[in-house]
Order: sequence, then structure tokens, then C-alpha cells
Amino acid sequence: MEKTIAGKSIAVNEEGYLTDFKQWDKSVGEALAAEAEINLTPRHWDVLSYLQTEHKNEVPLSIRKIGKSGVVDIKEFYQLFPKAPLKTATKIAGIPKPASCI
Amino acid sequence: MSANNGEIKKMMIILSKGTLENVYAAFVLANGARMEGIDAEVFFTFFGLEAIHKKKLSHLHVATVGNPAMHIPTMLGGLPGMEALASNMMKKEMEKIDMPDVQEFLDILSASGVKMWACKLAMDMFHYKKEDLFEGVEEVITVGDFYKKSEGEGVHMLFI
Repeated sequence: MEKTIAGKSIAVNEEGYLTDFKQWDKSVGEALAAEAEINLTPRHWDVLSYLQTEHKNEVPLSIRKIGKSGVVDIKEFYQLFPKAPLKTATKIAGIPKPASCI
Repeated sequence: MSANNGEIKKMMIILSKGTLENVYAAFVLANGARMEGIDAEVFFTFFGLEAIHKKKLSHLHVATVGNPAMHIPTMLGGLPGMEALASNMMKKEMEKIDMPDVQEFLDILSASGVKMWACKLAMDMFHYKKEDLFEGVEEVITVGDFYKKSEGEGVHMLFI
């Protein structure tokens, strides 16, 4: 389905995750963050670009990987994205929701 | 009447067993809750205390006796070394699927904001002290305290 995000028509799935990362840019990220009531700081952007790189390299994401990333520790990750951190962060980053149970 | 629409707001998980498979079940459920934006607390009681006892938590085993799903005949399961063998095999498989060991999992839970409580009665029974436990454990509490902490809308309780 299509959704208007930051004035652009963007393809998303039924949960609101982008289905085509090529449609993502920073303004889309900002609009999605605003929907999640998150004010993006430089630390948020560090994490988002880390997630995007991991996704590009086809590394499955999990909370354990985040903790070992060297970019952010788990505690700060929860502070940056307080509610459902990995789900929220991947949505803002324009990448699919991780399927991991851990 | 409650206006709650069925939304789960908090999981109160009681872990009463010290076998690896049960400990992991509790930890995965607690972590999974936090990852979904649901609060989670774990109450460790009886053998569940082994999962937070500093000297014991790295030496937990799977049950090879009385566990038909292991597909090891009970007579063999009781042989010396069988538990260690089965546990090592399970630990290797878990590492393959990116499952942390018990100590690392406790650190993850703690950093994720999972509150951990130890049961006073079981602590007294096993002669454990608060200092024996993983640092992330908040407090030693009674079952009544635990019920008090479980009050509220959308709180679910799970016994493992």
C-alpha cells in the first residue's frame, strides 16, 4: 500500500514498514520518527545508519547484535527508542522488521 | 469495569526451575516482552534461583531424565556425564542461532529494564544471601510483595 510520508507517496506494508529502501531519505526518517514521538538526535542517526548498513550487508538484526555493535549499548538503545526499540528503529530506518526472537 | 482492550502491558514471569530449557524460556519471554514495548519482571523462586546465583548460573543443565522429548531412554539419561553432554550439545546449537549464554542473557535483560526479584522463602531454604546473586537482581521479596508489584491493568502472570 501507499502512504504519504514527508509529502511523498511511499510504499509500505500493513505495519507501516517501507517495502523499498530506495524511497527512504532523511526527511522520511524524520517523519516516521515524529509518528513514533521520537525527536531524532545525532545519537539516533548513528544507530539508524548502523542498522541500515547491517541490513545492506544482510546481517540479521537482534538485540544481542545491537549490544555488541560498538555503536550503542542496550541500555542507551532503549533510552533512544523507548517503546519496542528494534521495531521502532528499523521502521524509522526504512528497513524490514527483524524476525528474530532474541 | 476495565477499559483495557486486551493490551498486554506487563509480564510477571515466575521461574521456579533451574533447568537450562526452562531458564531460557523465561529469559526469551522476558526479553521478547521488552522488545515489544511491554514491561517485564521475573521472580526467581526455588530452583529458578540457580539462574541468578553467581556460582551456579554458568553450570545449568538440560534435564535428560524424565524428559521424553529428549529422546534419550531414561536409563541412559541417568548415566554419569549425560546431562553435561546434552547440555553442551544444546549450548552449541544455541550459539549457532545467536542465543546468548545465561550470564550474557542476564546482562541483556538487566540493560533492557527487566526487573528481577528473588524469593525470600527459597533464599532462606537454600541459605543463599543477596551477595550470592547476580548484581541486576533488585531485591529479595516475599510472594506478597510480588503480588503487590503485579497490580494493575493489562498485567499477565506466567509460571515456569
